[in-house]
Amino acid sequence: MSNENVIQVERLTKTFGNFTAVNAISFEVKKGEIFGFLGANGAGKTTAMKMLIGISKPTSGEATIAGFDVYKHAEDIKKNIGYMSQKFALYDDLTVKENIAFFGGIYGLSRKIIKEKSKHLIEELGLVDVANKLVGALPLGWKQKLSFSVSLLHNPKIVFLDEPTGGVDPITRRQFWEMIYKAANQGTTVFVTTHYMDEAEYCDRVSIMVNGKIEALDTPKKLKAQFKVEHMNDVFLKLARHTE
Amino acid sequence: MKTILYIIQKEFKQIFRNKGMLPIIFVMPIMQLIILSNAATFEVNHIKFGYIDQDHSSTSRALIETFNASSYFNVIRHYPSENLASSAILRGDIDVLLNIPLYFERDLQKDQYNTLGITINAIDGAAAGVENVYVTQLIQRFNTRLKVELTQTSDQFVQPEIIETIPLFWYNETLNYKTYMVPGILVLLVTMITLFLSGMNIVREKEIGTLEQINVTPIKKNQFIIGKLFPFWVIGMGLLTVGLVLARLIFNIPFLGSLPLLYLYTSIYILVVLGMGLFISNFTDTQQQAMFISWFFVVIFILMSGLFTPIDSMPKWAQHLTEFNPVKYFVEVIRMVMLKGSGFSDILPNLLKTTLYALIMNGLAVWSYKKTN
Ligand SMILES: Nc1ncnc2c1ncn2[C@@H]1O[C@H](COP(=O)(O)OP(=O)(O)OP(=O)(O)O)[C@@H](O)[C@H]1O
Ligand SMILES: [Mg+2]
Repeated sequence: MSNENVIQVERLTKTFGNFTAVNAISFEVKKGEIFGFLGANGAGKTTAMKMLIGISKPTSGEATIAGFDVYKHAEDIKKNIGYMSQKFALYDDLTVKENIAFFGGIYGLSRKIIKEKSKHLIEELGLVDVANKLVGALPLGWKQKLSFSVSLLHNPKIVFLDEPTGGVDPITRRQFWEMIYKAANQGTTVFVTTHYMDEAEYCDRVSIMVNGKIEALDTPKKLKAQFKVEHMNDVFLKLARHTE
Repeated sequence: MKTILYIIQKEFKQIFRNKGMLPIIFVMPIMQLIILSNAATFEVNHIKFGYIDQDHSSTSRALIETFNASSYFNVIRHYPSENLASSAILRGDIDVLLNIPLYFERDLQKDQYNTLGITINAIDGAAAGVENVYVTQLIQRFNTRLKVELTQTSDQFVQPEIIETIPLFWYNETLNYKTYMVPGILVLLVTMITLFLSGMNIVREKEIGTLEQINVTPIKKNQFIIGKLFPFWVIGMGLLTVGLVLARLIFNIPFLGSLPLLYLYTSIYILVVLGMGLFISNFTDTQQQAMFISWFFVVIFILMSGLFTPIDSMPKWAQHLTEFNPVKYFVEVIRMVMLKGSGFSDILPNLLKTTLYALIMNGLAVWSYKKTN
């Protein structure tokens, strides 16, 4: 982890009508960091993330991603990030190989590189037997791992993961986090939302969002000390109760 | 460019993999073509025909015999006076009245031309139009020097008015309504299928969330749109081809004009429809919404295209509205090219208007497609 900030957010806000989904959040994320973005259902995590990845215009505030401004250079941001949405978003009616080739192609990778990456990735994920099967037929855990790998195909500087392990079994979750660590070790910054408090412990730093605002932000260790509790779960509960 | 190829490739894979979709794209239209063109016919038989013969010459008798011999007319009776005849029309006893004036034969020989009075009961406007054409054709075949002066009555208080015959029918010499309908129905099919497919396709990606995944990639929006719409352009052209082959094989429809010309026009026309589909999908969130809106437009376009009801018989304001109807232009072009053998310069006005339409529609569609909301 270096000292270079790859994400810099200043009072970022999004309103839908009179409802403020994201309320003036500010934080920064360093290169190579695993940043946990926590919050209850409806706290505004997905909304905030969509502004950071350039598919939703902020109502106000500033954000710079990989050195690019979200208002002016959304398309440059897109070259430098990977995104795995909360909703599974590979094509169910394409095979594993076809999905990899398609997204590789869209990111402008050459056929040769796509072929190499595809082979490597399929082996690594243990998908050799199902490489020519439709993705729709795969178990959720496999889909999620594939989806993560696809979001890394173009070697992005930052990868945004929106609840990547929702509904996945504990063993697969474990493997998923190994993949996250590996990406982080190779210098990719990981911005991840989760509902699982044990996963929060794996992050370098976490922010906790309540009703559109960031109410706490620090390393898991310091947060636990600050709230004088044993587990991140209790930090979360205390915060939620406090703001109710 | 390479990016576009990736999208096209993916799109074709998805279309041909979808077992439920292929029959919808190709089999359903064929069935529609067969059913609709047999059902939607204007053919009018057993027209009740009456006449007044004031001339009593051999020419007048020969003319009446022509009607008698035609399978479309049942010669009911002859009326001694105009009064009796017009009350017969009002009662609905006869549909068409032919009035042969005194000295008809003599004047025809002397002046080389003459005028005949025809009165048509126009309560059923569509039938009257058809009857008008039958009568005109019969008389012209009988003697090309005769001019028909036509009166339509639908109400005893309405002043009879002289109307022109609808020239389009002239090109359908065999009076075969399938010949007339099939090209139009082909337009309907090409329009419906390409509009529905393109409109629903992008909304579908919105629904399943893959569109968002595309929007976070650095792909240019025109690359995406071209890649997305091209396959449906191909399908539209394929449909036209299938339809033309069927028109030939099943209905034996003549093709008098130039095939490349029709393809040229269609290739631009489909762009209009695709732009419209994309435009609709940009403003809808679900396939259901897209379907409803597409239907709304398709129904209006088709009813106002001159396909089933002649544009000439619409009220003036509606006639002006049809200027904005791309389907109308295609119906005109396909009938002109197939049935009249019209050439490039004949369809040029329609071609230009359609091109302009395509530019505007696609401009709007690309403009309203937003990668960032
Ligand atoms: N397009 C929109 N229009 C109106 N309200 C919206 C829109 N998108 C999100 N919201 C509202 O904003 C709030 C935050 O939603 P968001 O999806 O960001 O929450 P989240 O933290 O990701 O929740 P979850 O954990 O359930 O994914 C919710 O109350 C949601 O209903
Ligand atoms: Mg969410």
